[in-house]
Amino acid sequence: MAVTDTTEGRRRAPLVPWIKGALLTLGSVAVTMLGLLFVTFIIGRVMPIDPVLAIVGERASQSTYDAVYQQLGLDKPLLVQFLYYLWDVVRGDFGMSLLNARPVSEDIARVFPATLELATLGVFIGIVLGVPLGVIAAVRRGSWIDQIARVVALVGYSMPIFWLGLMGLLVFYGILGWVGGPGRLDIFYQDIVPSRTGMILVDSAIAGDWSVFRNAFSHIVLPAALLGYYSLAYISRMTRSFMLEQLSAEYVTTARVKGMSERAVIWRHAFRNIRVQLITVIALSYANLLEGSVLTEIIFSWPGIGSYITTALLSADMNAVLGGTVVVGLIFICLNILSDLLYRVFDPRSK
Amino acid sequence: MSDMTAPDLTWRAWLLTDAPTSRRHAQLASFYQGWLSLRSNTMAMFGLGILIFLLLVALFAPFIAPYDPFVQSLGNRLQPMGAEGHLLGTDSLGRDILSRLIYGSRITLYIVALVALIAPVAGLLVGTVAGYAGGWTDTILMRITDIFLAFPRLVLALAFVAALGAGIENAVLAISLTAWPPYARIARAETLTIRSSDYISAIRLQGAGALRIITKHIWPLCISSLIVRVTLDMAGIILAAAGLGFLGLGAQPPSPEWGAMISEGRRFILDHWWVATVPGLAIFTVSLAFNLLGDGLRDVLDPKDGGQ
Repeated sequence: MAVTDTTEGRRRAPLVPWIKGALLTLGSVAVTMLGLLFVTFIIGRVMPIDPVLAIVGERASQSTYDAVYQQLGLDKPLLVQFLYYLWDVVRGDFGMSLLNARPVSEDIARVFPATLELATLGVFIGIVLGVPLGVIAAVRRGSWIDQIARVVALVGYSMPIFWLGLMGLLVFYGILGWVGGPGRLDIFYQDIVPSRTGMILVDSAIAGDWSVFRNAFSHIVLPAALLGYYSLAYISRMTRSFMLEQLSAEYVTTARVKGMSERAVIWRHAFRNIRVQLITVIALSYANLLEGSVLTEIIFSWPGIGSYITTALLSADMNAVLGGTVVVGLIFICLNILSDLLYRVFDPRSK
Repeated sequence: MSDMTAPDLTWRAWLLTDAPTSRRHAQLASFYQGWLSLRSNTMAMFGLGILIFLLLVALFAPFIAPYDPFVQSLGNRLQPMGAEGHLLGTDSLGRDILSRLIYGSRITLYIVALVALIAPVAGLLVGTVAGYAGGWTDTILMRITDIFLAFPRLVLALAFVAALGAGIENAVLAISLTAWPPYARIARAETLTIRSSDYISAIRLQGAGALRIITKHIWPLCISSLIVRVTLDMAGIILAAAGLGFLGLGAQPPSPEWGAMISEGRRFILDHWWVATVPGLAIFTVSLAFNLLGDGLRDVLDPKDGGQ
């Protein structure tokens, strides 16, 4: 690290490439975001749905049609249209939803907390179970617990998530009645606590209304466990292979020869060294949950961004579809950058 | 074992020789050794067995299926599993689920084969050109790849299907469009390591052009890592296709696509669980088989990751 160097020149030197690296990253992020917006823009243009007809209806006169056509800027060159689109997105304007005639951005802001709540709980389950499972599987390589971890991951990679969700609902809700059904709350509990964050678990905890909290929990536990299982499969697999790499390193042998306890070797030495890689993996799986929850949300009638996009899609509400896609894509990119930055900050080797 | 008979033994010896006599001989020998090491992997062979079974079922669907998968029989709807004449029961329109499952294997294989043809080839083209050309071409192509990688896959596929219209071919196209970037990355990485090797310089000195070098000397060396990746990706492709079918954006009714069958059975799940359960099990089995085979192939073709 630069801090330990004493000479002036040496201390300053590492900062310049760091800033340069950060600027380069920012630049490439900007390009990626532009590309993402361009792709959604093109999708919106090649759409078989006529945006003008969708607004004015089939019986509008030609003059009305032309007026709206010009109002939407469709008479301008494609590049100019794209710049207009960019300007709108920068201001957070995704246009109006055709279904309910409200701004898409408001709709997204309304549904997003539900997705956030579900994905956060899911990735939490994935971390709490997946990291220890991966570490133990690596330490006891070839043991029964390693085999179990292998099967758990393999099944996770091969299982259609929507089917597993259906089966979960069938067994735990339909037959056993242990959990709440689809939706976020029973109808009886709806609109009791004031919405502050949009996340019902948090809202009800703030309001101190534990009966709502319990009901919300009984609804979220199954979909969250389902998403948790998928991130568990990924996180445990990655943890295991990172740990194996560390455990075969020479410093681990040295520590063992010194007579250090096995627990200290594993957690204080080997595990400390995989933390940075783990953060990257967790950020990636969080991003995947935020987007991959589309099917889960459909199964559990969860009013999040995944259901929002799908419903909009099925009713040909293009502004809503593209707005949702852009938001999910931007979050995806941001989480990727975040994990990249954390990597740079915490791993001295990457400098 | 049949290997112990005399002619087999000589074949084996010929295949396992250390000193191949021709190029073809060396190729066959290395192929055979790979096969031997794959064969010792029980789980991979299990996966391969399932896939061969699936292929046979798809091939002989009209002969195996007890009923026409499209013929409805409303008096016979929602029969339970094991009902007379209907091993896996019937769906909400009285169609035999087993027959639909059997015909559905054709759709699954069709989707898998198409995506496996489109995505890796596109990725191979982009990746090798980027890696070989370097400079601006590389920057631009890889930037485009990054943009597609940055997109969440299912959401992008949804948006594409929305633009192209629902249907099985469009679903294939949408999945391919989201699936090619990792192949481009792999192909580019391979190209970068191959490009600077001595034998490429030698060929270039002999006057070979870029096209010849890429197609004849770089592509063959990228193939094995691409095959591994394709096999491992198959599971994801099947799941994505089933997901699109489930959402009603893939294969359209009355097509017996497995994802769409789950979606159909979903409405009756509490009273008639088998309608949605059986196709889900089929999807799971096939993607599991691809994962098992992919793991085994990776150990054989890509020894540097082996055992991890």
